[in-house]
Amino acid sequence: MAEEKKETKIKIVKEGAFFLKALKGRPEAFTIIAFIVLSVFMSIISDTFFSLSNINNILRQVSVNAIISVGMTMVILTGGIDLSVGPVMALSSTFMAGAMINGIPVFPSVLIGLATGLAFGFLNGVLISYVKQPAFIVTLAMMEIARGIALLYTGGYPLSGLPSSFGFVGKGRLLGIQVPVIIMLITYIIAFFLLNRFVFGRYVYAIGGNQEATRLSGIKVKKYMMIVYVISGFTAALSSVILTSRLMSGQPNAGSGFELDAIAAVVLGGTDMSGGRGHIFGTLLGVLMLGVLNNGLNLMGVSPYMQRVVKGIIILAAIYISSNKEKK
Amino acid sequence: MSEYVLRLIGISKFFGGVKALQNVHLEVKRGEIHALLGENGAGKSTLMKILSGVYQPDAGEIEIEGNEAHFSSPQEARKAGIGIIFQEFSLVPYLTVAQNIFLGRELKTKIGTLDNKKMCSLAADHLQDLGVQIDPKTVVNQLSIAQQQFIEITKAVTDDLKILILDEPTATLTPNEVKQLFLLMRRLQKRGVSMVFISHHIDDVFEIADRVTCLRDGQYIGTKEVRDVSTDQLIQMMVGRTVSQKFPPKSTYETILQRPLCLEASLSRGKDYQEQKITLHKGEILGLSGLVGSGRTELIRALIGAEKTNDKQVLVDGKEVKINSPYDALHFGIGYVPEDRKTQGVILPFSILDNTVLNTLTKTAKFHGIWVNQKKNKENCEKQRRELSIKTPSVQQKVRNLSGGNQQKVVIAKWLTTDCHILIFDEPTRGIDVGAKAEIYELLRELVKKNVSIILISSELPEIIGLSDRVLVMRSDKIVAELIGDAINSEEIMRYATGGKTNG
Repeated sequence: MAEEKKETKIKIVKEGAFFLKALKGRPEAFTIIAFIVLSVFMSIISDTFFSLSNINNILRQVSVNAIISVGMTMVILTGGIDLSVGPVMALSSTFMAGAMINGIPVFPSVLIGLATGLAFGFLNGVLISYVKQPAFIVTLAMMEIARGIALLYTGGYPLSGLPSSFGFVGKGRLLGIQVPVIIMLITYIIAFFLLNRFVFGRYVYAIGGNQEATRLSGIKVKKYMMIVYVISGFTAALSSVILTSRLMSGQPNAGSGFELDAIAAVVLGGTDMSGGRGHIFGTLLGVLMLGVLNNGLNLMGVSPYMQRVVKGIIILAAIYISSNKEKK
Repeated sequence: MSEYVLRLIGISKFFGGVKALQNVHLEVKRGEIHALLGENGAGKSTLMKILSGVYQPDAGEIEIEGNEAHFSSPQEARKAGIGIIFQEFSLVPYLTVAQNIFLGRELKTKIGTLDNKKMCSLAADHLQDLGVQIDPKTVVNQLSIAQQQFIEITKAVTDDLKILILDEPTATLTPNEVKQLFLLMRRLQKRGVSMVFISHHIDDVFEIADRVTCLRDGQYIGTKEVRDVSTDQLIQMMVGRTVSQKFPPKSTYETILQRPLCLEASLSRGKDYQEQKITLHKGEILGLSGLVGSGRTELIRALIGAEKTNDKQVLVDGKEVKINSPYDALHFGIGYVPEDRKTQGVILPFSILDNTVLNTLTKTAKFHGIWVNQKKNKENCEKQRRELSIKTPSVQQKVRNLSGGNQQKVVIAKWLTTDCHILIFDEPTRGIDVGAKAEIYELLRELVKKNVSIILISSELPEIIGLSDRVLVMRSDKIVAELIGDAINSEEIMRYATGGKTNG
């Protein structure tokens, strides 16, 4: 008996060592470890944390940020940035809600919302890749424009009174799983294939790794750079469908600070801010880590103001540790 | 007092196993303008970096006015009275002339603020002394290259300046500006400043220098009084070697010229929009020679659409084609192996495999070119790896971890997996070891046997001479000569490249 125990012990140690070895040199290692430590810690101190309803809760809460982060990951992989996702999301939300209030059926209204995101993504893309303006400035300006239009359109008030059938997207369940979570998972699976199995994805990484070399290799760099911004606009709008449905209203003020949450998730997921390196599931991990952190601190009764401080410190720790690995 | 203000005795410098300088001498007399002459890569810049304290020599001595000196940093060299004007200026573009001149040694008023008035008036005096007519309040980015150079020089000229080193100051100047620069140099000379003037323009040497020292392949060739030598002698000193036998045999040029043309390009770019013509025969290696900065790379980049041109007409296999981007160039079968491997050639965080198949991804991809066909890609990459003998345990190895030679092979492999029948190699052997060089030479010859046509840009004369079936020589953005057969020799090429007078 004793020997058997010893053997399992050795096995655990061995596997643990293997696990650590696999993590070594991976920029998202910190996030993985922090995620595990945090989850274990929370399950010990809180009875509710590891319950099915709480896990469901966390997944639903993160779904909006998770979907925005998909587009953000692609943009950052090319070495760019998209600051406009929050306001684009809000604008898409108000247009979608406005359409429904004006009697347009749910499905075409959702399409109007998605088209809004695509249009802004397209504008960003054209200005950045063809007019050759810096992504930071272009998307910063677009951030203001989108927010401004949303506020103009609604007069600053939420647009409520949406048809109840629309609530299914945010609150419904399919096969016992919440619809937002399903949408999130599908988005990630599609993004995974786009980035890892499609030629498109290889070009995204190539552009971030060395834009000039990619261009000189005879690849239409501008075209692909534009596409990533279009995708980012689209995922912002897609998350807006969930948010609008959950709130059952078009919210001109929604999504403030969402661009920063998305960037934080991408960075925590180990994607290099200068482009070329990173993984879409790293981003999902970053999103989950932030979600668990929020949820855990809530359960512990930590004030939301304090939570922001903790979040900031975690991000700093993550980039510090991954950049340290880089130097060696 | 010693006759020599500066003596470099038996200087040697190694970078890793590569000898950059071996037992090099340079002696500069008080108040003389001493030209340092040599081809690209002869070791001139390394020698000057040693003198200015950027590098430390592995052997040899530096003497300033008869006293042994050791510089461990550019600051120490500066203190000893050595100023250097590099090719890349160190001026801050958005500051004024006066602010630049006093950068790092700003004058302050009693209460500790900047004394702009005093700095401006001192700078104005200083400029006047040297006969430079520029308002010290001008912002530097408003100035021409030549004017910026004068400011650099003004900045370097302080009371304790003994030796001023000018690294190819005339390379980017117009003839008129060169004259102004020479006037300034003469003025400095009258003030007792000795100058080392680096150039490979032979005309300049005759114009301004008192004596000339020649370097070749990191070795000291000799020092001569300028009035005692001829252009031919200097060219002989610069290049004077027979081409080594390591090059594979060429095609005979008579047969080359009879082959059909696969590329006819005429394009105008550069300052004066003059039209330049390039033709390439099937299965030919066309050398594009000229000094650094003569516009070879720019011409080729314009050809493949990587840079804008004023006017361009390109015929591939007799058919007119529109090439507005490297994408178009690839489409019409023209590949470009760029000059700077790390910034233009490879994607460092990518594996060998991903780099090699980058521009054939859509070709091998399934479902109408969208789904990466990893199996096919791997086959293609393994094939190139074998043929080019890329030394690596696995094609999954990151390119970042490869040697320069192997990185270059990866870039070449990328183009060989395409069906390009015209390949342009820009400095393909720069910074790679001798073994890999020889392999690349062999490869170029094998490629033309397979009816691939090649344009080779190289600053290494032996390479151009040893490989090219035909040579175009460029100078100041223009193709100034076409050489065939026996005319492809170093004297002839250098004569055109440097603008040294042609004898007949």
